[in-house]
Amino acid sequence: MSVVTNTTTIGAIDAPSRRNTELMMMVFAIAISVFAYANVGLAMDGKIPSGMFGYGAGLILLGGVAHLVVRKFAPYADPLLLPLATLLNGLGLVLIWRLDQSPRLIQRAEYLYGAYSPDAPKQLLYSAIGVALFVAVLMVLKDHRILQRYTYISMAAALVLLVIPMFFPAVNGAKIWISLGPFSIQPGEFAKILIAIFFSGYLMVKRDALALASRRFMGLYLPRGRDLGPIITIWALSILILVFETDLGTSLLFFGLFVVMLYVATERTSWIVFGLAMSAVGAVSVASFEPHVQDRVNAWLDPFSKATMEQSDQIAQSLMSFGSGGTLGTGLGQGHSDLIMFAANADFILSTVGEELGLAGMMAVLLIYGLIVERGVRTALAARDPFGKLLAIGLSGAFAIQVFVVAGGVMGLIPLSGMTMPFLAYGGSSVLANWALIAILIRISDTARRPAPAPAPSSDAEMTQVVRP
Amino acid sequence: MNKPLRRIAIFCGVLIFALLARTNYLQYVKADELNTRDENRRVRIERYAHERGNIIVDGGKSITGSTETTSSDFKYKRVWQDGPMWAPVTGYSSQAFDASQLEKIEDGILTGNDDQLFFDRTMSMFTGEKKQGGNVVTTLNSAAQKAAFEGLGNKKGAVAALDPQTGAILALASTPSYDPSTFAGNSDKDSKAWQKLQKDKDKPMLNRALRETYPPGSTFKIVTAAAALENGLYTDIDAKTKSPVPFRLPQTTQDLPNEGSIQCENVPLREALRISCNTVFGKISDDLGNQKMIDQANKFGFNKDVFTPVRATESVYPKDNPPQNAMAGIGQASNRATPLQMAMVASAVANDGKLMQPYMVAKRQSPGLDDIYTHEPEQLSQPLSAENAQKLQEMMKTVVESGTGSNAKIQGVTVGGKTGTAQHGLGNSENPYAWFISYAKTDSGSPVAVAVVVEDSKATRDDISGGGLAAPIAKRVMQAVIDSKK
Repeated sequence: MSVVTNTTTIGAIDAPSRRNTELMMMVFAIAISVFAYANVGLAMDGKIPSGMFGYGAGLILLGGVAHLVVRKFAPYADPLLLPLATLLNGLGLVLIWRLDQSPRLIQRAEYLYGAYSPDAPKQLLYSAIGVALFVAVLMVLKDHRILQRYTYISMAAALVLLVIPMFFPAVNGAKIWISLGPFSIQPGEFAKILIAIFFSGYLMVKRDALALASRRFMGLYLPRGRDLGPIITIWALSILILVFETDLGTSLLFFGLFVVMLYVATERTSWIVFGLAMSAVGAVSVASFEPHVQDRVNAWLDPFSKATMEQSDQIAQSLMSFGSGGTLGTGLGQGHSDLIMFAANADFILSTVGEELGLAGMMAVLLIYGLIVERGVRTALAARDPFGKLLAIGLSGAFAIQVFVVAGGVMGLIPLSGMTMPFLAYGGSSVLANWALIAILIRISDTARRPAPAPAPSSDAEMTQVVRP
Repeated sequence: MNKPLRRIAIFCGVLIFALLARTNYLQYVKADELNTRDENRRVRIERYAHERGNIIVDGGKSITGSTETTSSDFKYKRVWQDGPMWAPVTGYSSQAFDASQLEKIEDGILTGNDDQLFFDRTMSMFTGEKKQGGNVVTTLNSAAQKAAFEGLGNKKGAVAALDPQTGAILALASTPSYDPSTFAGNSDKDSKAWQKLQKDKDKPMLNRALRETYPPGSTFKIVTAAAALENGLYTDIDAKTKSPVPFRLPQTTQDLPNEGSIQCENVPLREALRISCNTVFGKISDDLGNQKMIDQANKFGFNKDVFTPVRATESVYPKDNPPQNAMAGIGQASNRATPLQMAMVASAVANDGKLMQPYMVAKRQSPGLDDIYTHEPEQLSQPLSAENAQKLQEMMKTVVESGTGSNAKIQGVTVGGKTGTAQHGLGNSENPYAWFISYAKTDSGSPVAVAVVVEDSKATRDDISGGGLAAPIAKRVMQAVIDSKK
């Protein structure tokens, strides 16, 4: 055994694998979720819910499989990422199950669609598929650098994914869905990962050219068109598509991803300035011709105005949910966050956290997201290859921006722009994509923390003499 | 690449920190403001989440209740016993249409949210008891209320009965009435019932006892007589008055007629009231002038809102020109009064000139049935001296014993009263209102004064008279109060 007691992720030499830490954290995460499930049942029906055994067993199975796969295929991976994701997924299931029992939402569904079917069992299925995807990624992707080979394929796949929804009917005003029979996929969630792969691969190759072979213009270093051209084209294309699909959140996400990765790759602060200027121009021009955007901004500025309330009272209801939760919350199952009605268990699931778990619960959940991001950034710091660094920072940056955009939107900090809260919100694509994202981060952190192989013994080598004074 | 990575890490930290700051701001700083917004349905969910306190009559009998509903997120719905009978007292309390009258005014006590109940709320928070509303104990007498409501029957009208010695309201009936239970919830059925009531041209939701003013007709002659005595115009009720027949309205060429062929020339006050001479009282009003009449009317409570605590519309004796003033003296022209106001007139006379403040909330009780408020009877004014009040009592007694009010006689009880048949409508085209105001008196003072108005347009015109239509109802109410005191 090693004598080095390096407890940081970065520990390059002979880091402990921390698999047992992960196991304990997993037990903790699953216990909290099962306890929360019991809590909802007790609050709403006064008895332990009948589905608790199934739910607990399912969660233990999923968590156990994921943990064993990490133990086998990524033994040196960061020990926190998997338990944090499991905890969020478990809590999300509890919240969705709680909202499933809202008479208000059941009535609404029966009125609108003539039938009601609960979302929690579907989400459990999606979670299972998500964990299967997680397992598949870890088993198939032995080294994240393989992804480098698929730089341009990723780009093409991302563009295809983004274009396809244009040929499907809009759902609730946004063309971001592909519907295949009973299944519907939100390809934007997967495109997020593919775009990050493309940016990493491309920037790794071109970063020196971008950083050095540039002309000085008005105090800023502008790169040559032939270096920047392709990336700007891809980026602009994806933004345009998303604007036409009125998927504001994802456009913002892609833009943030682009700026962050370019900045990390080139180490040039001018990119931030450049990016902010572009985003300002983009935001103003889009807002000037898109009534959809104007409505969102107006609703953000005055959520309780008559005009806003007539159009949609979701923001107002969400704010009142947070207010009603107060410091300690009403307790699981005892709030009225279902007053948000539409998307209460998807985009607005955080309002239920705010109302039923209160300020304390909100801070905890936000800190869990913060920890995932932080572990991702640490993985990027620890990664030894530029591609891994870029991919890790891209994925965790995208994750952070998505959390900020969604949470900020439902809390009225920024205009609302419809995305899902990773792991917490109901939605198959989101759960699948985020499990894949965590899998890639775990793969990179495993590579980063894996002890360097011992140098091959050299016949010339003599034993180094240790001289003790 | 590590330097920009660290900066990105800080940037991500800032994003999370902004979210943390925002959630603190929303859930801690702004929480109260958000929770008290009108748009916040939780306020109403919470309001109907527990049983509402009750409205009590007869010192202990509840006329309200709560029932659990399953159809909406408002758990408890208000129900009333004998809703139509008590509606003018309770008002309504609906999940969809807010509340009115006593239900609205005493809402804080009934829901348990009133500041006076702060201690109880805090205690039940610790003991873990279910939150409950307090009770409102009214002064209403169910026997009197029943007599009034059934007496009115299917006629349109109102009854107000007071205890002259305290001002306690004993009965408050209004017909046609409505059942507040029919729209207490917030279902489609409830809104249909509400819509129907709103459209009903008989206005069943109008509280005629408090909120409708009528020309008081001849019942106002009590006030005119009080003005004559108080101002020293006449002192002896049995001495001849100076009143010619016909009496020409001042500044006009029109005579004020008497009803039928009654002998009214120079008759004493007692006789003039007994047979209800218009000429005698029209002349008194003219002799005293508008200002003195207004002053006297004001002492009885005119020209002012009365709060019981439910607001009663103000009765009006207006500033007017001499001919109109003379007409107002016999309760016509622009003179208008609520039934409650006329009951107050009768009660002031019965209580030897002291007018007590009318009230219907005797006590407010906490959910634990401790009294947190008890009403102390309060004198509102002294419209006339005890001596003059007794003279008026004599006159009103004569009206019942041998005059137009004989239908209100009660065996073994002294009853004083005054009939009225108030004309209304353009050129008196519509059927007149039948009025009767009266009081009963026993050895221990007067237990009840009552005013009845019947605005029945279904009766043939000739059958309408205060003595015929209204007096029997007043009699039933007085009888009920006297019986319940035994």
